[in-house]
Amino acid sequence: MQDRYDVVVVGAGPGGSSTARSAAEHGAEVLLLEKRSEIGAPKRCGEGLSVRALAELGIEAHPRWCVNEIWGAKIVAPNGKSLEVRYPEQVGWVIERKMFDKHLAVMAARAGAEVRTRCEVVDVLRRDGGVRGVVVESGGERFEVEADVVVAADGVESKVARWAGINALHRLEDVDSAYQYEMVVELDNSDMLELYFGNSVAPRGYVWVFPKGRDVANVGIGIGGNVAKDTAKAYLDRWISSNPRYRRGSVVEVNAGAVPVGAPLERLVGNGIMLVGDAAHQVNAIHGGGVFEATFAGRIAGRVAAEAVERGDTSEAFLSRYAEEWRSLRGEALNRIYRLRRAIERLSDDDLNFLADVLEAEDVVAFANGERLGKLAKILMRKPHLIMAAKELM
Amino acid sequence: MPRRVDRNACLSCGGCAGVCPSLAIRLEYGYRLVVDPERCTDCGLCTVFCPAGAIREA
Ligand SMILES: Cc1cc2nc3c(=O)[nH]c(=O)nc-3n(C[C@H](O)[C@H](O)[C@H](O)COP(=O)(O)OP(=O)(O)OC[C@H]3O[C@@H](n4cnc5c(N)ncnc54)[C@H](O)[C@@H]3O)c2cc1C
Ligand code: SF4
Ligand code: SF4
Repeated sequence: MQDRYDVVVVGAGPGGSSTARSAAEHGAEVLLLEKRSEIGAPKRCGEGLSVRALAELGIEAHPRWCVNEIWGAKIVAPNGKSLEVRYPEQVGWVIERKMFDKHLAVMAARAGAEVRTRCEVVDVLRRDGGVRGVVVESGGERFEVEADVVVAADGVESKVARWAGINALHRLEDVDSAYQYEMVVELDNSDMLELYFGNSVAPRGYVWVFPKGRDVANVGIGIGGNVAKDTAKAYLDRWISSNPRYRRGSVVEVNAGAVPVGAPLERLVGNGIMLVGDAAHQVNAIHGGGVFEATFAGRIAGRVAAEAVERGDTSEAFLSRYAEEWRSLRGEALNRIYRLRRAIERLSDDDLNFLADVLEAEDVVAFANGERLGKLAKILMRKPHLIMAAKELM
Repeated sequence: MPRRVDRNACLSCGGCAGVCPSLAIRLEYGYRLVVDPERCTDCGLCTVFCPAGAIREA
């Protein structure tokens, strides 16, 4: 490891690896630091990714990480009514994050970035109104690494940006508490995602079953910690014990997680610093999907970082090119999806049952991508007590 | 008083560190959770967040 690089990226999740690869491809000398000993493990993810997202990112659908095809979804309302959609073509993958994340880090290394695991960034080196490097701890040693640009891709912990003075704190009401078992269990449909809604099942969230194969699935829950009466683990355990099939299932992995479900941060850059992925709150606030968002944002961030280094201008003003480009491509959609989350959060179980009666599963899938929200608003307007919820969408 | 972590229940998700307003929580090398007693203001947000019920009042 050198004591100075053009770009230091903190965190080798999809956001960090994608940034490092893109910066290296655009000519920068890059160091990618990951504090864990194994990239991607333990996973903090349901591992769902759409075919469209993978294609957009230009990542090969290799069988090592694309482990199961998804062709549709089943959505279950609080009263048990289920909506199902099966599309004429494959729409999604369930991926193996440990393989996927490592592959992205390998791609970064192949592009010329230096990748180091078990290197924890414990502080940033400051300069006027910005950053000029990081403090690293590794193997009991502490040392400084200078950089023209530091990229905070440290995930939901978001500490690097906060050390640099950017308010990236996750407000409790904007982050879901998640718990998940990877189970061996008898499945009806191994090519459908299943989602179970209801304020007693999962307050402000849902239970998901994402199949990873014929008889293996991620069975997880996300809830609003601040509105729930119990821990996510307790809610999930209750759901499992009330389902004989899952109660009998074996558990081969257990995960906890934090899913940012707020709006993306307004401020994505400072002097010598850029924020990417969960650290920047760049996630879909409805389905919690952040793999695509982090990887996509990282591609732009890496390119702009390399350009900034080449121009010798790593000021906030120059790095804002990343923020502007990202906002025009993804920011608006994610903000719309955040407003939908705010609307849905106002719905009682009766309201959700009502929606299950008037909607098709395709509508629900479209809503989760921020589409057809006008239709949802119109339906909500039919019920006087939901007008406030409808207004969130306008 | 800082918070107490039940290391057998903690699954190293890092969420508590993300919601801690005082930057008091460090997930060392991604696995071992440590609360800095100097920084912790005992606001309790980490406890409300934790999906595993692993971080409590000392
Ligand atoms: C339970 C759960 C289910 C989810 N399901 C899905 C899903 O089905 N589909 C989907 O698309 N998304 C899902 N997500 C969201 C997705 O996992 C994240 O949005 C995604 O991982 C964000 O990528 P990232 O690169 O920003 O951060 P991360 O993947 O979290 O990577 C950040 C990395 O930075 C490292 N790091 C942190 N601090 C430091 C430091 N100081 N020094 C060095 N390294 C550091 C961490 O160890 C970590 O490896 C889910 C999340 C959870 C919690
Ligand atoms: S939120 Fe809970 S499970 Fe997650 S790191 Fe903190 S103490 Fe551990
Ligand atoms: S109690 Fe508050 S200040 Fe203390 S560790 Fe938890 S979130 Fe941070």
